[in-house]
Amino acid sequence: MPKLSEFLDRSSIFQLTWTRFRLMLREPEAIFWIFIFPILLAGGLGIAFRNRPADVLPVAATNAQMVAALNQSAELHAQLLNESEGQHALATGRVVLVVVALAAGVRYEFDDTNPDGRTARRAADHALQRAAGRRDVLATSDQLVHEVGSRYIDFVVPGLLGMNLMGSAMWGLGFSIVDMRQKKLLKRMVASPMPRSEFLLSFLFSRLAMLVLEVAVLLGFSWFAFGVPFRGSLWQLGALCVLTSLAFSALGLLVASRARTLEAVSGLMNLTMFPMWILSGIFFSASRFPSMVQPLVRALPLTAAIDALRGNMLEGLGLGQMLGPLAILLFWCVVPFALSLRIFRWR
Amino acid sequence: MAGNEWALHLEGLRKSFGDVQAVDGLDLVAGRGECLGLLGPNGAGKTTTIEICEGLTTPDQGQVKLLGLEWKRNAAELRQRIGIQLQETQFTDKLTVEETIRLFRSFYRRGLTVDALVTLVELEEKRKARVGGLSGGQKQRLAMALALAGDPELVFLDEPTTGLDPQARRHLWELVEELKRTGRTIILTTHYMEEAERLCDRVAIMDRGRKIAEGTPKELIALAGGEEIVELGVLQVADAERLAGRLKALDGVREHTALEGLHRMAVSELHRTTPGIFAVLEEEGAHLSEFRTHSATLEDVFVKLTGRNLRDA
Repeated sequence: MPKLSEFLDRSSIFQLTWTRFRLMLREPEAIFWIFIFPILLAGGLGIAFRNRPADVLPVAATNAQMVAALNQSAELHAQLLNESEGQHALATGRVVLVVVALAAGVRYEFDDTNPDGRTARRAADHALQRAAGRRDVLATSDQLVHEVGSRYIDFVVPGLLGMNLMGSAMWGLGFSIVDMRQKKLLKRMVASPMPRSEFLLSFLFSRLAMLVLEVAVLLGFSWFAFGVPFRGSLWQLGALCVLTSLAFSALGLLVASRARTLEAVSGLMNLTMFPMWILSGIFFSASRFPSMVQPLVRALPLTAAIDALRGNMLEGLGLGQMLGPLAILLFWCVVPFALSLRIFRWR
Repeated sequence: MAGNEWALHLEGLRKSFGDVQAVDGLDLVAGRGECLGLLGPNGAGKTTTIEICEGLTTPDQGQVKLLGLEWKRNAAELRQRIGIQLQETQFTDKLTVEETIRLFRSFYRRGLTVDALVTLVELEEKRKARVGGLSGGQKQRLAMALALAGDPELVFLDEPTTGLDPQARRHLWELVEELKRTGRTIILTTHYMEEAERLCDRVAIMDRGRKIAEGTPKELIALAGGEEIVELGVLQVADAERLAGRLKALDGVREHTALEGLHRMAVSELHRTTPGIFAVLEEEGAHLSEFRTHSATLEDVFVKLTGRNLRDA
């Protein structure tokens, strides 16, 4: 079709977009950070935090009778240590609990901020009370449930997806624009009849094209390797990814709108992204932060993006049920974009 | 000539950056098809002037008309009709020559084909090569191809040969001459006098934001006071003032300046005047450190007008 290729040759928006896309593919480092790195991270986290049978906790006791009683519990492995040895083992993390025999009764020594310490204390107390003759008065039984979707990997994949969308949009836009400004190429392009709106749009279009690959690779891997669930509608998940990417593209544009050097823009990028890496709940729930900072945490675009992605993937929520995060994302699309158009340095 | 007959018409142009008056009341015109050179040392205001013409810098005062159009009203049309090569643009290393040209060509409604542009700047062999691997001269020819993508009537070249080796420079000159043959108006800045002499129909010499002389290279060289320049350095002489006076009075010496033992004379006929010079030197018992002659150049004009050298001004 010679007509089509001729048309594409002469279409500035196509040429600009295709150039951006082409340059991304010619940047091997970018390929690594966008495609390989998230997979390595997901793979690593998935293996490290895979659900294992409950750990057997190491504890120490100061006499042989108690050691025998403690070893009756399936949750504990006890060894005989004197009190000072036991305290040293506790301080160095080799045991999580020391049981010290007293004239009457026992004393538990453990770190109450360590969940393992608390668990060990409960199990040890139970074992010792039983050995001393206590009987349970209520009959109980356990039924074990391993639900897909409640695992750490299920929780972390939407977080990684959000983080990846943020990183690739911000670096992709910010770095290329400032690089062109530093090389005076931006000035040269503005000196030609190139429509400035097309220049900016070309970044968005190439971003969206890249997005399809990026999202497909990460989610495909997570589904294939770990069986991460997709409970919400897939097209809504796609729409969320697009909205997230647009919001971070706008933010990237804003960060890059004045900077003259790559060093300056790198600093600004990290400054912008750093609070979100910490606060936005990539690796653990953002609701763990104190309620005083919650309004700030909720207002961050990455928090909204990750909440919405988790809502879709893990809870199967529809867009209509996540209007809060959607409104925040939309805000982050419009305001930085409008602002950067006003202050953008075209030379 | 009516205003719209000029390809370029600048009137009362002023621009300052902070305390620096980069352009200080400049009037300049270029006729259609003419090659006008802006010659001057670094910091003379050439680049600011040319960037005002290109619509990249807004002047504080003054009028700019290109092809009868103004930036305020006709920016979109002007962008289509002019071609621009900027100082020190670095094109994307990871695109090929052809891809870069095709990208820029797509910005213009009409113009030369990608093939024609590649051929025009003689980069056929480098067509598929990445820009990062080109030599300085090839990169500069690529910049020319991009300037010509829209088949412009008016072309601005800002120091097109700065930093190039002599061979690459001559190659680029040939390209500019080719553009002149096709009837385009060319505005060129340079601080190489030979470049201005070879390429420009008319030259405006700039210094400190002002135009200090204007004319054809021939007219300007005549301004320097003669066609030949004699320079001699005196190491030792009994009476320096008497020597200067006698040299100045010699038949055929039109201009004479002496600065720290270096005498510079403009001479109309070298073969008649040189024996007289040596006779005077002999009689005054002067010892020479050097003796040089050359045909007068625009450099000599600049020295005469400002008392400084073009290169270290």
